[in-house]
Formats: sequence, C-alpha cells, structure tokens
Amino acid sequence: MIAYAWIPVLGVVFMTVATIGLGLWATQRSKTASDFFVAGRSVSVFWNASAISGEYLSAASFMGIAGLLMKNGYDALWYPACYAAGYLFLLLFIAGPLRRFGAYTIPDFAEGRFDSPAFRKVAVSFVLFIGFFYTMPQMKGAGVVMGAILDLPYWAGIVVVGVVITFNVAFGGMKGITFVQAFQYWAKLFAISAPVFILASVFGHYAGNLESMRYSPEAIPPLSGRVESEMSAWTTIKVKGAKDAPANALVFPGDHSVQIQVPKGAVISKLSATHPETPGAEPMGELMETDEPSSLGTPPSRTKRRFRSGAGPITIPAESELRLIGHRVTRAGRYVMRDGVPLPTTTKIEFAKPTEIRLPSFEVTPNAPPDGRWIAPFGPLTSKHGYPLLYTYSLIIALICGTAGLPHILVRFYTNPDGRAAKRTTLWVMVMLGSFYIFPPIWGTMGRLMDPVLYATGLTDRVVITLPRKLASPLLGQILSAITSAGAFAAFMSTFSGLLVSMSGALAHDIYGKILCPGASPNSRMRMFKFAAVAIGAASMALGFLVESFDIAMMVGWAFAIAACSYFPLLLLGSWWRGLTKYGAGCGMLGGGVLSLCAIVTSMLLDKKVLTFSVSPLMRSLMEQPAIWGVPLALGLMVIVSLATAKAVPSDVDLKMLRLHAPEEMGLSKNYIEH
Amino acid sequence: MPEPVRALPNDVDLARLSRIVMRRQAGLSLRVASVFVVLILGLPLVNRFLPEVANYPIYGFPASWLFLGVIFYPITVALSVYFVRRSDRIEAECKDWDTLGESGARP
Repeated sequence: MIAYAWIPVLGVVFMTVATIGLGLWATQRSKTASDFFVAGRSVSVFWNASAISGEYLSAASFMGIAGLLMKNGYDALWYPACYAAGYLFLLLFIAGPLRRFGAYTIPDFAEGRFDSPAFRKVAVSFVLFIGFFYTMPQMKGAGVVMGAILDLPYWAGIVVVGVVITFNVAFGGMKGITFVQAFQYWAKLFAISAPVFILASVFGHYAGNLESMRYSPEAIPPLSGRVESEMSAWTTIKVKGAKDAPANALVFPGDHSVQIQVPKGAVISKLSATHPETPGAEPMGELMETDEPSSLGTPPSRTKRRFRSGAGPITIPAESELRLIGHRVTRAGRYVMRDGVPLPTTTKIEFAKPTEIRLPSFEVTPNAPPDGRWIAPFGPLTSKHGYPLLYTYSLIIALICGTAGLPHILVRFYTNPDGRAAKRTTLWVMVMLGSFYIFPPIWGTMGRLMDPVLYATGLTDRVVITLPRKLASPLLGQILSAITSAGAFAAFMSTFSGLLVSMSGALAHDIYGKILCPGASPNSRMRMFKFAAVAIGAASMALGFLVESFDIAMMVGWAFAIAACSYFPLLLLGSWWRGLTKYGAGCGMLGGGVLSLCAIVTSMLLDKKVLTFSVSPLMRSLMEQPAIWGVPLALGLMVIVSLATAKAVPSDVDLKMLRLHAPEEMGLSKNYIEH
Repeated sequence: MPEPVRALPNDVDLARLSRIVMRRQAGLSLRVASVFVVLILGLPLVNRFLPEVANYPIYGFPASWLFLGVIFYPITVALSVYFVRRSDRIEAECKDWDTLGESGARP
C-alpha cells in the first residue's frame, strides 16, 4: 500500500462536498423560471466567463491533453491551442448575433430564423446527439480516476459523479450551476498550475526539460525516469489483454537486448517486427526463452526455445525470462546497412491476456517515441497514416469549428444581458482558457522524463494524478496528487452539469414546451426540466458503463467533428447570409453531420479490427479526421440547396438580420423568455 | 414569429438598414479572422518547409513549440481585444437611429 494513499480521497471528497454545497446555496436564490433556465440573465461578465471556462475545461482538457502530449509530443499542442482559438471564431462571428437574436437554445434559433417548427426537431435531435457523445468520455474519465486513486471499480466513479451532478442540476437549474462552474474554473486553474511550480523545482523547468531532449534524437527515457528518488532494480508493468488492443502491446526499439520476466501461464499472441521505411526488407527479431529468471544484467542461462518475428501464439509454461535480441532489418539474408551500421528495427510483443511482467528499470521505456520524433512537429499522432500535413489541417479545422458549435457552450451565451456583454464574456473566456492551457503541456513534458512507465502501461491519461507521487517525499507527493485529483473531479462534474442542463433544457423547453405541449406554463416546464435532468442523468450513467474500452480523446473527437460539421455551418451562415433557407440549412446539417459521423465510426471500427477491409492511407486519414471535407461539404450543401429553394427565404429576413446584428439600443431585440 | 418590441418607423428600408449594420461588422470580423487564419494555417507550413526556423532554440524552447504552446494564447487574446474595441465603436456609431437614417436607411 502506498503511504498516505488516503490524502487524494480527501481532495475528491472536498470537491464533491463543495459542489453540492455551492449548488444548494445558489439554488435558494433561484426563484423564477427565467432564473432557472438562463440564470435570469443577471450574471456578470466576469462570473459568466468563469462559468463558461469552468464548463468547457472537461476531462479531456484536464487529464487528456497532458496525457496526449506525453504520448505524442508536439502534435498534441494543437489540441489546447485550437480549443482556445475556437472561441476567437465564436467571438468574431457568432457570440454577439446569437445573443441578440434573443432565442434561448439553438433550436429556438433554428425555428426563429427560418419560421420552421419542423427544423426545430432536427436541431433538437442534434443537441441530444452531440450531448450524449460528449457525456460518454466525461463518464469514462470519472470511472478511471476513481479507479486510479481509490481502487474502486470503474462503475463507482460514474455513479458518484452522475448522482451528485444530476441532483445539483435538477434542483438548481442554470443559476445553481453557474456559481458552481465558476468556482470550478478557479479550482481547476489552481489544481493544474500550483503543483507545477513545486514539481518544476525538483524535476526541472519547462524550457530546461525541452532543451534536454534536443541533443540526441534517438534517446528514449529509461523506465525509472530521470528521477533521483529511490529506484528498484526491476519495474513491474501491468500489460492489458487482447480485448483492450492496441493497449496489449509493448514496442521495443531495436538496438539492444532486453530482459523480460514473465509469469507462468502468460500467452504472447504475436511477436512482430517492423521497419516501414525499407520496403522489401524483412525485419528480424528474436525472442529467446531461457531456463529460469536470471539476475539483472547476467547473460542468459540455457536457452530453451527461440522464436523469430512472426511467431505466435506462444504460451509460457513456467515463470521464465525472455530475452529480446538482435532486431535488425535484413534483405535476402543480409543486414540492411545505413551509415555503416545495421539498421535496427522495432519489435512488438502482443499479449493475449492481462499480464504482469518485469523489466529492468534502467531499460528504455517500451512504447515511447524517441526524443527527436517527440519534440518535432509531425510526430506519431499526425504522421500515422502518412499524410501529416493533411492530418494537421483537418485536426485544426475540427477543433476550432467544433468549439464554435458545441451546444452546451452556446447555451451559455444567453445568460449574458446583451450582445455587447456576450462579446466581452467571450474575450474573458479566452484569457481564462489561455492561462489554463499553458500548463497541461508542462505536465506532459515532465511526465515523459520523470514518469515514463505510463507509456508501457498505456495509462498516460493518468499523468497529472501519478506524477506528483514521484517526489521523494510521499506526503508532499500525495498532497499534490490530492490537488490534481480534486481538479480532475471538478472537470468531469462541471462539464457534465453543463451538458445535462443543455440536454434537459432541450427536452423541457423544446420538445415538451414547444412540440408536445405548446401552451405549457413556465412552472410546468420547470417541473419537466427536473424530470428530464433525472432521466438524462440516468441514461448518461448507463452509457458510461458501456464505453470503458474506448479512448477519452477519441470520443471527444466524435463530438467535436459532429458539431463542426453540423451546428457551426448553421450558425455561421444563419447569422450572416440572408439567403439561407430551412431546406439548405437542414440538408447541410444532416449531410455534414451524418457523413462525418459515419466516417469516424468506420475508422474507429477499423482501429478495433471489427471491420477489416483495406483502405488507402489517404482515405484513412480523411476518415479519421473528417472536418477538412465535412465542414466545406456542409457549407456547400447549405449554399447550393438554399439557392435552389430561394423562394423559402423568410419574407421578413431583413428584420431578422437586424435583430441579429443591430445594437440593443435600436430596440429590435426580444427575449424569448420574459422576466 | 415574435414581433419587434418597438415599432419601426414606416419609412425605413429594412433591407438597406440591415446591410449597413452588418457590412461594417462583417468587414471587421473578416479582417481579424484573416490575420488569425494566416497564423494558424501558416504554422504547419513553416514546420514542414522551414524546419530550421521551427527548431530554432529560444531560451531552450524550439521556436515552433514556444509559439504554439505559449505565445499563441496572448496573440489570440490581443486579437480579441482589438475586435471587441472596434466592434463597440461600430455599434456606438450605429445605434443612433437618426444618423443611420441620414446615411441612407430612409429612402
């Protein structure tokens, strides 16, 4: 048992209690329906910006970026940069007009702009669709963190977060969570930044750490990290099984021999070696099974069996030591030479079931990219299908346009008193997000150097929780870990509450209040909101149980790509082009949203080897990152179909345009929900 | 369709008025957006074709890392500050019903 392991639990309990307490306190001040849905539009710019930032910084931002950066290096910097930059597009094109139009939800906007109740239904379905896609990764984050700090089963974290937030939202509505989310922004900023200053004084500062990776491009940090605390000779690694592929693989660089101790009964499903840069060449890896575990650094005792790359499955009958040797590229039986030395290859060992293996702590970390590839642009993330520039551009478009089209963020703009305040709020959000997003890459960089064992276990997402424990003082380490655990909890809780509000709002306000029961009083809509919150909270928890084996970043990517290809074009053209018709908007939204979703899901199934047809690398890149064609497709469809159905342009489109863009003083705006 | 809160003067040409209000805002938005787009879409090209610039060390940071990981945020904030200021000025000039009328909203 790790010393002081109870301290992080205190952090989580504190954050949970603070969330419930603040929610209850704010609820007492939330009286009218308008308070409930849009916080009475009385929230000041500063607090509203804090709340938007608090809502936006999800599990993906707090844990995911640090982990992704640790795993992929430079390329992952695009994520925080574009998450923040999306708000610039919101500010320039969407924030002011959307608020001025006076509609409360995107479906209100959709109906009001095109005078089409039918279009409202399309828009509502997208709110729920994107919302559920975005909820699943938050739920997974909650389950994983609870597992990491408390050793609780996966479902327990989901139940805690789900129940607390559902309770808060159902009782407090928008005003309740506005205060809670504003508090959670500051909690998250503190949690991601304060520990960095302490850790950097021990592990080296940002620039110094980066500079240390400049000189030897082939270097990979040793398993023990470059940390000077107590170091045991062997490092234990829990490798996952085939059902969690690709997390069941260890990839070793090929320039030296590696001792691997494996327990009795382990099954290696495949041994393979690759060097994609030399076509026609055969990589040659060899795995020797020796008699018994030898001590560290001794030559192998009697060899029992030898395996060439391509072998598998291999069952290990008794506890033994494997020795991976001589992985070189050969062609026609001879070494392929480069710069006068045999060209090394990488060797991949895949395990069939969860296995605990031991590697010497001084050994290079399996699965870690070398320094040169990590620190330079176009590393493992963007160049995996061979079109790094295309992949980078598509990623940028998805993240920026997706941010500007997330329904749970857009709903926040209605809590501003007017269009001018909406613009100011967006500006402050960019300041707050920028201050936050400088820090996760610092965690990722330190994690690479000091806690590289996470590469081998595939748990880089946990780096903000586990890195502080590498400090020599276990007490200080656990205190810092408690701070980041509390921050991570704040992250899922605030994002989940925002999603829950926007989805329950869509149900209560749009489906119940406008479609099912048009004459419903504000109070009956409020009751419906509470009911919807409980129902959706329960559904989200159920979905959370199902997604344990999916990546957090992958699921967030789905939500962003769908939002980028559906809502963003609707809002952009709807606010600025008077010729947009409901048919054009509908075709564009459905066409862009559905096709990009299909592409992403197919690509994901190919990754998981559920589908096995072969696709060219170019197609594969375009399917995994569909925004580069999806956004233009949606915009193009909207323009073409609108031009073809120009008769359907609303007759009062000029008045609508004025309401979107004229300053409030001209007296053209109207609030959808009256005080 | 909700009616406007305040009745419009009968002689206002809505189409022209809305164009006047929108045109200046759109111009400003597009100007700021184009600066930003050049920066963010140009950076991958610099990384790809001018690696010696991208890797140039500045206080230990590779230049491209320093730009995207640190300096990028103040730049976006600076662009937003510029936009919000200019946008407020445009609105202050627009809100006066009569000046708009003179500038062509009334036929």
